Amino acid sequence: MKQFKGRVITSGQLMGEAVVSHQGVNTLASFQKAVVGKKKRAVISDQGNQDIYGIDVTDKILCLPITIGSTTGGLVIQTICAMKIAPAAFLFSEHIDSLAGSGIALANIWENSSVIAIDELGKEFLASVKTGDQVQIKEDGTVVIL
Amino acid sequence: MYEPKMELTPEQRDILNGKQGETMAKIMETIVMFGDMFEAPRLVKVTHDEGHLVTSFGIGILKPIFSMMDTIIGDDIHAKGKFTVDPRPYDYKNVKCSLLDKLVFSKVLYSQQKRYEEQLTKVGLRDANAFTCTSYLPEVGNIPKKGDILSWAESSAVVYANSVLGARCNRNSGILDLFGSIIGYVPEFGFLTDKGRKATWRVVVKTSHLPEAQILGSAIGMKVLEDVPYVEGLDKFLGTKINEQVVGYLKDFGAATASNGAVGLYHIANLTPEAQELGEKLLVEQPKEYIIDDAELERVYREYPIMWKNKTKKGNLVFIGCPHLTYQQLCDWTDKIAEGLKENGKKKVVVRTILTSSPDVVNKFKKSDKYESLMSTGAKLSSICPLMYTNNPLTKKKRIITSSNKLRTYSLARYYKDEEILNFVIGKEAK
Repeated sequence: MKQFKGRVITSGQLMGEAVVSHQGVNTLASFQKAVVGKKKRAVISDQGNQDIYGIDVTDKILCLPITIGSTTGGLVIQTICAMKIAPAAFLFSEHIDSLAGSGIALANIWENSSVIAIDELGKEFLASVKTGDQVQIKEDGTVVIL
Repeated sequence: MYEPKMELTPEQRDILNGKQGETMAKIMETIVMFGDMFEAPRLVKVTHDEGHLVTSFGIGILKPIFSMMDTIIGDDIHAKGKFTVDPRPYDYKNVKCSLLDKLVFSKVLYSQQKRYEEQLTKVGLRDANAFTCTSYLPEVGNIPKKGDILSWAESSAVVYANSVLGARCNRNSGILDLFGSIIGYVPEFGFLTDKGRKATWRVVVKTSHLPEAQILGSAIGMKVLEDVPYVEGLDKFLGTKINEQVVGYLKDFGAATASNGAVGLYHIANLTPEAQELGEKLLVEQPKEYIIDDAELERVYREYPIMWKNKTKKGNLVFIGCPHLTYQQLCDWTDKIAEGLKENGKKKVVVRTILTSSPDVVNKFKKSDKYESLMSTGAKLSSICPLMYTNNPLTKKKRIITSSNKLRTYSLARYYKDEEILNFVIGKEAK
C-alpha cells in the first residue's frame, strides 16, 4: 500500500480502478471517437498512446502526467462529463495543465459534474500506480494505491 | 458560490456576485476558478479585443456548447470585439461528397452547424470569411501586437501568436476563449508573465539541411510536452528576418509542437521577437537539452504509426494545408504541382488532391494567375478543416495522406514529407 498527497482541484471520495498513462493524454485524440460516435462508454481512441489505447476509462480513475493536444481539450472534458462517460477522477502527477483545468472548471460550473481532480501527486505516484490497481481517493487529496 | 483565491477588483467581484446577471456570474466564476488553479494573483485586461475561437463545428453531440450559447444570447451578452473562428468542417462544392457522406455530415455529425454559426454571429463573429485557423495572416487581419494580452484558443494560432508575434496568451481551451472575450479579462499566469515565457529546454538543431518543419515540430513537441523550448541552429537555414517563407515554416513547425506535444510558446534564436531582444537570457539556469540531427528526425518520422488496414496500399486522398496554407505556400504548391506534372508528362494530378487555405487567402489567390494554373491540374482548393472532415466515420475507408502532423495525430491519415506528397500527387514513382 502506498500513499500520496496531492492538491485538490475538485474534491470527492472514491474507490476505483486505475488506468495509467505515462505520457501526456491527448484529450481530443483520446475521446474523439467516443464523443463523435455518441458512445455509451469512453474507449480511448488515441493511436499514439499505447498505454491507454483501447481501454474503457468511463468511471475509472485516470492517472496521467498532464493532458496535451488541441485546445478543444477543455470542451471535450466538459462534453464527456455531460455525456456521463468521463473517468470518475483525474489524478495528475504534475501541475494541472490549462486545457484540463478549463475542462474541469466548465464541467464543475456548467454541468454540475462531480468529477474529481487532484494534481501535483508527483512522479513517484505515476511510477507506482499500475493499470488495474485499486485506488482510494480521499477528500483532502490523499491517494492510496491499495 | 465559488470563493475566489485571487484578488478581484470591485467591478470584477460585482460580476461574480451576479450584478450583471446569473450568466455573467457563471462566466466570471469559470474564469476565476480556472485562474485559481494556476495561482493567478489577479485578472488582467485583454488588450487585443479581437478573439479567435477554436470551436467552429456544430457537432450535434456537443450539447453543452449550444445550450450555453443560447443562454448567452438570451441574456444579450456579446464579445467585446469581433472574433475569428476555426474553419468549417465541410465544403460540398470543393470537397465532393457522396450522398451518404452528406447525410452523415449534415444530418448526423454536424447537424447543428447552421444553428451554431447563427449563434456565433449573434455573439460577435467577424464575418462569413472569418473561418480559418490562421487568423493572424495579413490577408485575414486578426493580428495582435507584441505584448498584447489575448483570449484566444486553437493551439496552432496560440503558439504562433505567442512565439512569432510576441503576444501573450495561454493555451486556453474552447469556451474559455469566448468567456475571456466576453468578460474582457483573463487570469494572469503562465505565458502572460515574463517568468512563464522563459525556456526550460535548449534545443540544438544540428541537421545538414533545413528540417521538415512538421517533423522538427513533432520531435520537439513529443520531447518537451508543455515546456518552452529555445531552439538554436535554425537561423542558419531560416535567416534572422521573419519573411513570408519563414511565416509558413514557423506556422507549420508550431502546429506540430502544439499537437504532438502541448507547446504554447517557442523561441527561435536570433529570429523570433523575444529571442532577438533577449537572446539566451530567455533560458532558465541549467535548462534540459535536446540535440536534433538528421538521424533523430528520421527516427521520429519512421516511428509514426500507420493506421491503415492495408499498409502497403497507396493513398487515395491528399490534404495539403493543416494549418491553412499561407498565400506564399499556396503559390509554391501550385508551382510545384504544375511543374511536376509537366516534367512527368501528365496534365492532371493522379490522386484526388485538396489544398486548404483561409477564405481571405483563397479570395486573393483567385485574383492571381496561379489560380487557373492550380485549377488546370485538377487539384481542388477549399477552406475546410481537414481534421473535422475526417471526423466522418465514412472517411475512415479513404486512405488519406498528408504532410500535416496535426492531421496525422487526430485522424487515420498517413504522414509523408512534402516531397513525397508531391510525388504522389504528380504520379512520380519514389526512387
